[in-house]
Amino acid sequence: MKRKTDVQQGTLALMVLRTLDVLGPQHGYGIARRIEQISGDLLVVNQGTLYPILLKLEHEGAIASEWGASENNRRARFYRLTQVGRKQLQTETQDWEQTTAIIARFFEAKAEDLS
Amino acid sequence: MKILRRFLTRLKNFATGQRDDQRLREEIGEHLALQTAENLRAGMPPAEARRQAVLKFGAVGTIREDYHAEQGFPLIETLLHDVRYALRLFAKSPGFAAVAILTIALGIGATTAIFSVVDATLIHALSYPHPEQLVRIEDDLPGAGAREVGISIPEFKDLQRSGIFQYVALVGGGSVNLTGSSQPARVAFLSVTPNYSTMLGVKPELGRWFDPDDQTPGFTLDALISDGLWKQAFGGDPHILGRSLRLDNDLYRVIGVMPAGFHDPGRTTEQRNTEVWLATGFAGAPAPPPLRNSRLVLAVVARLKPGLTVAAAQSQLDALVASLQKQFPDDYPLQSAWRVRLVPLKESVVGNVRESLVLLLGAVGLVLLIGCVNVANLMLARASARGREMAVRQALGAARKRLVRQLLTESLLLSLLGGIAGLAILFGTRGFLLRMIPESLPRLNDISINWSVMLFALAATLVAGTIFGLAPALQASRLDLTHMLRLEGRGSKGSTEQARTRRVLVITEFALSLVLMVAAGLLLRSFWDLFKVRLGFNPQHVMAVRLWLPVPNDPTTDIYGTSAQEAPFLRELLRLSGTLPGVEEAALGSSAAIPLNHDRNRFPLILEGREMQNKQQPLIEVRDVTPGYFHLLEIPLLRGRLLRDLDDEKAPQVAVINEAMARTYWPDADPLGKRLKVRPAKPEWITVVGVIADARTESLAGASVPQLYQSAYQTREKELAIFLRGQLNAAALPAQVREQVQSVDPELPVFGAQTLDDVLSASLSQRRFSMEIVALFAVTALLLAGLGIYGTISFLVSERTHEIGVRLALGAQRGKILEIVLCQGLKLAISGAALGLAGALILSHLMAGLLYGVRPTDPLTFVCVTLVLTVVALVACYIPARRAMRVDPLVALRYE
Repeated sequence: MKRKTDVQQGTLALMVLRTLDVLGPQHGYGIARRIEQISGDLLVVNQGTLYPILLKLEHEGAIASEWGASENNRRARFYRLTQVGRKQLQTETQDWEQTTAIIARFFEAKAEDLS
Repeated sequence: MKILRRFLTRLKNFATGQRDDQRLREEIGEHLALQTAENLRAGMPPAEARRQAVLKFGAVGTIREDYHAEQGFPLIETLLHDVRYALRLFAKSPGFAAVAILTIALGIGATTAIFSVVDATLIHALSYPHPEQLVRIEDDLPGAGAREVGISIPEFKDLQRSGIFQYVALVGGGSVNLTGSSQPARVAFLSVTPNYSTMLGVKPELGRWFDPDDQTPGFTLDALISDGLWKQAFGGDPHILGRSLRLDNDLYRVIGVMPAGFHDPGRTTEQRNTEVWLATGFAGAPAPPPLRNSRLVLAVVARLKPGLTVAAAQSQLDALVASLQKQFPDDYPLQSAWRVRLVPLKESVVGNVRESLVLLLGAVGLVLLIGCVNVANLMLARASARGREMAVRQALGAARKRLVRQLLTESLLLSLLGGIAGLAILFGTRGFLLRMIPESLPRLNDISINWSVMLFALAATLVAGTIFGLAPALQASRLDLTHMLRLEGRGSKGSTEQARTRRVLVITEFALSLVLMVAAGLLLRSFWDLFKVRLGFNPQHVMAVRLWLPVPNDPTTDIYGTSAQEAPFLRELLRLSGTLPGVEEAALGSSAAIPLNHDRNRFPLILEGREMQNKQQPLIEVRDVTPGYFHLLEIPLLRGRLLRDLDDEKAPQVAVINEAMARTYWPDADPLGKRLKVRPAKPEWITVVGVIADARTESLAGASVPQLYQSAYQTREKELAIFLRGQLNAAALPAQVREQVQSVDPELPVFGAQTLDDVLSASLSQRRFSMEIVALFAVTALLLAGLGIYGTISFLVSERTHEIGVRLALGAQRGKILEIVLCQGLKLAISGAALGLAGALILSHLMAGLLYGVRPTDPLTFVCVTLVLTVVALVACYIPARRAMRVDPLVALRYE
């Protein structure tokens, strides 16, 4: 049986930033939906946990939020990436890629390479 | 940067108390609406669509909590919340809060008080830089049966050259007449080698210290005075430097004032309160010629080379002593076994009080612990009443950790309030408490409530709060939920586990109080034995007043220089003293003749016919008295005769010895008619004419030491005491004596008037102090333990009311019920006592040094204390037991 992955807060925050970067301003449900779509069944996360993370990112200045109208014409909170958030996303993406590259190399290495 | 920004926003929210609850609620609502719509589109029935949306969203409560946590500082907020809640609870049950806070306040207050004494006395015993390097050097001649015989000048030079020490200083002293001010005063002075100040790392606050290279023979005519003397006798005169000072008729020049907090590390209170420092090399007049066997009875204080331990220095010193013994075999005969000991200075200052203080700190710690156990018991009782509250909260999803934290917050808050109250009590009663401390305690003046003491109080408070809070907190959070909730309205029924905890607490209390009571009992018995010791003299209705004849360095100004000059003065003084109101008998003597006053007056003893045997003469206590002394103190004559008025300055020298001296030096012969010398410079032999009974005039606890009494008319003793017996007015007499003495010589100071009863009680003061304090603690502990067992048995009885009702309904005898409850209490008491006896045995052996006349295993004390404890336990159990006996089965069963 394939284990479903628990997601660390930091990873989730990165996903949020990336989602906002790609899709532009979104409300909470939109972000949750998007993350779910991309990660498929592998990632099971209660959608509600997103909201404290959104607040944290907002406190850090990475995103900003304002009220707007949703698809069904109700009041919803829309989040958008700020300049600070864009920079943060950049550095974190780089970090992440670097880490995965290193880990990947370790997995590819054979016994003779290490001798 | 982003952490800072996040922190600032949270801080703003926290400070303004702003909560954006509305926003989250709206967002959640919108989120669920969108998800439900999505689910509907996927073909779910409306109710299911909504349900799935909620499930997918997750637990709203947790999310809201996380969200709130992000908004402010959750730790502080919950803490504040818990504190507010706890305060509301305390306000709701003020009785409980008051009792708990008071118990802790007394415990913390007492512990802090004792710690402040320990802090000043033991921890900061020496207020000099690098105190660990400071040592006292003691010469012993164990072969000649003598300890601390003093050092000779050649030996002093050997020590200085040895390479072991940075500085070796000689410290002599005594008291002198300070004249020139309104009233002649007697002040304590020290004559020291000039390296004294560098060794102790002290600089005068005004003026300068002596020239360290000063090689003046005899005394330099410069003096430094203490800050106290400067302010009192000279009104803090800013032009004090260069002013002259008359000490024992000699003229000195003030060259400096020592700093206010500086005290000499001396052994006696008098020495620690030195007012005048003089410099001398102890060579040249008036010091004796510097011969190897001419030992000056001086204190030798030294500072070790940095990095040298006392043990290492001692072994180097032993080697030095061995080589000197080889080099000077005549001066150090092997049989005298000359030995030089290094004693850490701290040891020599606090040595005799350390044991008492450690005992007191231990005792007060036990009281605090017992107090904690009692409060824990109270909290448990409350916890059982709050069992349902806890159960309901846990059932509603409160985390166990959270409940423990809340309960711990409550107990820590109680303990903090108690600690604050305790410190407040301590501050309020500070003056009163300080007066209780015996004056002989070293560094008495330095006892204060300083930062380290406050820190200790805080630590003790926190530890206490944790101790008494942890057990109830863990207990309350480990409830059996279903059981608790099923009990419906009878929430006060605690679990068996709780009953067990309470039993353990009571047993602990009993064990601890037994330990304390045994300690108190042993101290009490020691004190009583000392109090009842056969003194060998009668201290009642006797008063001693001191006076001091000057010993000027310039012999031509000495009007009491020879016994022929001094004796007429003594006779006149004695005559006048006899005429004072109420006086029935009067006698004069050296101040060393005042019983139990710790003045030493020792001289080397040379026995006729044995003078060549032993170059290192033993030292012997010598007292100079007028003939009436023995009758006045009621010391009986055993053989020969007492001193007579005819034994005056013109008559042959005679002496009376005590039994201990006769036993020591003439074990198989009659000492009467034997001849001896005690002052080597004097040519005449002294004939022993009588033997008196031993009296405890040296110390109450110690065995009698050899003593020799000479006629005051035949010696030139300067440190004098007037002994008066009769129906005396102790308040008026000192002034009357002064008037009479000064009518003969207005330059003489009269001081230190004391009744012998006072002297006696002062010599017991330290023991009395530790005994009283430990006894006080023991009684407190006993009370607390009694309350503890009362509370627990009451609790157990109320728990078993139903059971007792059933038993009674089934025909049980009421007497039997009483017996059951009493047995339950007794079992606790006995288990506690058994544990306590084991602890007490360990403690009593540790405090063996504080005991006198009783063995640490004194069966009487142990049995009595156990009995007292058992009786208290029975009484404490009897009240709830009677209540149990009177249970009305109808009422008890109707609860069902």
